[in-house]
Amino acid sequence: MLYREAGQFKTTYAEDMAIFPIRQDRMAIAILLGIAFIGVPLLADFDIWPFGSDYLLRAILLPFLILALAAIGVNILVGYCGQISLGSGAFMAIGAYSAYKLGTGVHIPLAWLGFAISIPPLPVLLAILLGGLTAASAGILFGVPSLRIKGLYLAVATLAAQFFFDWVFLRVSWFTNYAPSGSVNAPTLDFFGLNVGTPIERYLLCLIFVTVFAVLAKNLVRGNLGRQWMAIRDMDIAAELIGIRPLYAKLTAFAVSSFIIGVAGALWAFVYLGSWEPLAFSIDRSLQLLFMVIIGGLGSIMGAFVGAAFILILPILLNRIPSELGVPLSTETITHLEFIIFGSLICYLLIKEPHGFARLISLGKEKLRLWPFPY
Amino acid sequence: MIGLGQFLEVLIGGLMSGVLYSLVALGFVLIFKASGVFNFAQGAMVLLAGLALVRSLDLLVAWGFPLWVAIIFGISFAAVIMVITAWLIERLVIGPLVNQDGLTLFMSTIGVTFILEGAAQMIFGSDAYPLRLFPTDVWLLFEDLFPGGILVNKLDVWGGFIAGILVAGLAIFFERTKTGRALRAVADDHLAAQSVGIPISWIWFVVWLAAGLVALVAATVWGTKLGVQFSITFLALKALPVLIIGGLTSVPGAIVGGLIVGAGEKIAEVFLGSYIGGGIEYWFAYVLALAVLLVRPQGLFGERIIERI
Repeated sequence: MLYREAGQFKTTYAEDMAIFPIRQDRMAIAILLGIAFIGVPLLADFDIWPFGSDYLLRAILLPFLILALAAIGVNILVGYCGQISLGSGAFMAIGAYSAYKLGTGVHIPLAWLGFAISIPPLPVLLAILLGGLTAASAGILFGVPSLRIKGLYLAVATLAAQFFFDWVFLRVSWFTNYAPSGSVNAPTLDFFGLNVGTPIERYLLCLIFVTVFAVLAKNLVRGNLGRQWMAIRDMDIAAELIGIRPLYAKLTAFAVSSFIIGVAGALWAFVYLGSWEPLAFSIDRSLQLLFMVIIGGLGSIMGAFVGAAFILILPILLNRIPSELGVPLSTETITHLEFIIFGSLICYLLIKEPHGFARLISLGKEKLRLWPFPY
Repeated sequence: MIGLGQFLEVLIGGLMSGVLYSLVALGFVLIFKASGVFNFAQGAMVLLAGLALVRSLDLLVAWGFPLWVAIIFGISFAAVIMVITAWLIERLVIGPLVNQDGLTLFMSTIGVTFILEGAAQMIFGSDAYPLRLFPTDVWLLFEDLFPGGILVNKLDVWGGFIAGILVAGLAIFFERTKTGRALRAVADDHLAAQSVGIPISWIWFVVWLAAGLVALVAATVWGTKLGVQFSITFLALKALPVLIIGGLTSVPGAIVGGLIVGAGEKIAEVFLGSYIGGGIEYWFAYVLALAVLLVRPQGLFGERIIERI
């Protein structure tokens, strides 16, 4: 009864092509955004459990938002354009390290030419966005093989990016400003004179980034470019025959996806971690992101959020359950149990719903529209 | 100045460690050939087999059995574990996922990796356990030819020997036996194979079992070299470029790919690494694979990829 579009007439093309053509969807999104932007800060401000504690914001909501952003990026490449990438962690690292270099000032001594290129420290916002751009250009570079190879072969090719950049950021001390331990600290987060320091401010900052990029991504995939990507995904040869340029479509997918992943990487390093090592962007991170996209649903922006929530929160829950129940288990056993349960759940989900949570959501909507009749 | 002797030593060492990569890559190829599944869990299977072997071996020796009895029982025990694993994987994961696309199957094997890693370490313990099945001392060759001679590790020679036997055995299995022929039929076309009466789930069980036994063999050699420990699972990642270079569907390709990767990364590390900061072993194989992919997408020995609309 509640979820039905009967009676909602569309009289203009603009209404017909809106992101959320159904009123109930619009209301749901508005409520969700309202809770995220106003509700959570208010609850935190009035110190209402569990929002009063820093733990929820710092350890769950912040990484959730940033990884959801990265998952959106991965989803554009894997879900919409069908190019499997195991190198997302590397692109996060590129975003993080180039934002770090730009935020602390770049100095390239070109001794043999007799001068040096120096860029003064840039504002943080600019550094983060430029970090995303650097990741995008690296993405284009490593996207070139996708023009010749595809599927799992391409996945291995992107592994080359992953391991190569792992090594670069570990060994080339220029990127870490010659820090002896190899770990670097983010510059202070000043946005237009506003210092972002407390957890709730960080949360809001990430929320703004995620909202803006989610809207941009959603509109991109609805438009001409997104349709080209999907055509390439569904059958690249057929897409080429009807006049879609694979070079352009694939490389734009790599660029847009790496840009978003790079920005997410910079946020992960600057806002969430604060100080970090190359290990923060290892192959595990790439696999984690891929899981989020697949569990959430390939080719769905909403799915990226659901997948990120599931993959991020499940291990935290699994970790807490034994101690909550009062079962005495050593931390080692808990870790191993966590592995087993996590793996089993992933297999179970893949078997029961290979198209991820996004498919479940759309099935649920379909059921709601027809309720109380089965069809 | 680097002499010919040192070059040969590096080359032989690299080739031999390449053989060990091939041992892991072989398991991948077997499963990919027969079911089109890109099996990420191969490294976890090596860990499981190795832990089962080394723990049962330690236990039997502690109970006072003579070493050769312990070895026989230990290997049989590990083999039984691999049989159970293969059966469970086919029953619970791969069977229900039949007809899904490659990416879903690939992700499900990552899920299997988590389960195997967790289960293996929970049941058998998570420390590093030394395994001594093969001699690990070194030979000095050609001492009269080169100053200082060439150092060759006996374990590497054993590894090469075992890999040779394994490949010969697998080749005979694929070409000469009825099951082997059925395997190749399934690899060509699932539906057609099923329609002429080949039981697919049995074939897949056999394939996973074969991959499990190859993992066991790999575990004996790797376990002797590094000790059986968690880091052995990272071998799976090192085997990927080997596969790409050799071709995903070729057993000899896995061997040749392994040799190329092993020799290439050692030579690159020794002769190039000092110029650009060292540690390039870490990514050299992947970049090599990338280069091969650009020139020959199907790998050196893979079947040509033909696509129809």
